Amino acid sequence: MTTFQPLSEAALALTLALFMLAPLAIAGVALINTGLGRSRSAAQSLLGSLAILAVSAIAFALVGATFIGAAGHTVQIAGKPWNWLGTSPWLLGGLGSAPAQTQLALLFEFLAAALAAILPWGSGADRCRLTAGCATAAILSALVFPLTAHWIWGGGWLAQLGVNFQLGAGFLDGGGAATVNVLGGLSALALVWIAGPRRGKFPKEGLSTALPGHNAVYVLFGCLLALVGWLAWNVAGAVVFLHAPLAALPVTAVNTLLSAASAVGATFAVTQIRFGKPDASLCANGWMAGLVASSACAGLVTPLAAILIGLVAGIFTPLLVELFELALSIDDPSGAITVHGAGGLWGLVAAGIFAGQPGQLVAQMVGVATLLGLILPLVYLLFWLLNRVLPFRVDPDGERIGMDLQELGGGAYPEFVIHRDESYR
Amino acid sequence: MKYAGLLVMPAGFFLSIAAVLLFPAPAPRAAFVLCGLAVEAMGLAVAVRGHMEELREKRP
Repeated sequence: MTTFQPLSEAALALTLALFMLAPLAIAGVALINTGLGRSRSAAQSLLGSLAILAVSAIAFALVGATFIGAAGHTVQIAGKPWNWLGTSPWLLGGLGSAPAQTQLALLFEFLAAALAAILPWGSGADRCRLTAGCATAAILSALVFPLTAHWIWGGGWLAQLGVNFQLGAGFLDGGGAATVNVLGGLSALALVWIAGPRRGKFPKEGLSTALPGHNAVYVLFGCLLALVGWLAWNVAGAVVFLHAPLAALPVTAVNTLLSAASAVGATFAVTQIRFGKPDASLCANGWMAGLVASSACAGLVTPLAAILIGLVAGIFTPLLVELFELALSIDDPSGAITVHGAGGLWGLVAAGIFAGQPGQLVAQMVGVATLLGLILPLVYLLFWLLNRVLPFRVDPDGERIGMDLQELGGGAYPEFVIHRDESYR
Repeated sequence: MKYAGLLVMPAGFFLSIAAVLLFPAPAPRAAFVLCGLAVEAMGLAVAVRGHMEELREKRP
């Protein structure tokens, strides 16, 4: 368990109340993933989110929480301490008698591990098995998330870059842009590379086939739920990890909202210009990218900077979604790679640009280099090994009839007649 | 090719860490961290290219 600076009773009460709202971020993402998938896989998608939440919580409690504590294994390199692995009592031992802020931080980490584990599930929609989703969640929550969270939130070497190398205040990530969103987005990329695209998505001749999401209402309502969750998430993160005073919290919430608002406005404009009409699912992606970018910097920047950060996120999101699908043959139904991966990376860099501390940008870039250069290959290797033991993909026939019938034996919308998919090749 | 790209990426990470350790002055430190990120970007580009080629061969 991580040890933190003492908080006032008011701050503790507020943070606990915010944590009751934070799961709405997970609910929003789950609903978005379901809406962006096909109707024949809707029940499996939402059940998968629930199962992943459960597996993630248990894996984190049994294994992950042990490696996230502040005290840890330190090596000396060039005369500087590098705290690379945390240590805590096994199986949450002594949690009940730990200080309240330590318990709150652990609750935050439980939720963060679950959200990070759900993100790749959306990218593997319509083709990945439930068991594979649960297994990837176990790996992320037990091994990769604790490692990353310890480095960033638990006083590990990335957090200590400021003390040891005079790089600003060290790597900053109050709302989990790196530990949750970039980790989840990069895991989604690894999963998509290993599982491959949905059948018929990229035909031998011509452009990729459009496989639109089946329910825009789920997607857009998921965005509204995610707003509530993200507001709670960013404000609670600012209290627990950035030690923000209570007076600074309303600005953090305002920055979160402004970033999302300017992002969705920008995406609306970009899709209006490119397609003649605004695109609902891309606007949802833009909204989420604005929220994700704000996770890194809402507690650090001014409202004007938050608007600029959201604006940039909203412009690159639809372009990157298109680039990934049309030019790079990456089939990502939920857009998690762009929204959470690229959006989170942009937020982390923006925190360095707009936070205004000398050396902060370099600290943020070292963090980005760690996520891309170390965490992505590590996750790919772990997922690749897992896929050898437990194949991610269902067989082609299962993919044709849909994941609901294949895995659950019944559909999410039983009154609908299931047609043979003529576009299936 | 995809694996080659993924193997290059940690090299960029170690370059960034070496920059933090070896250069106390802000300008060369920032420049070398950027170089590390550039190496990672090249590794990622190679990995993406490898993925596309693999996919093209597997297409029905």
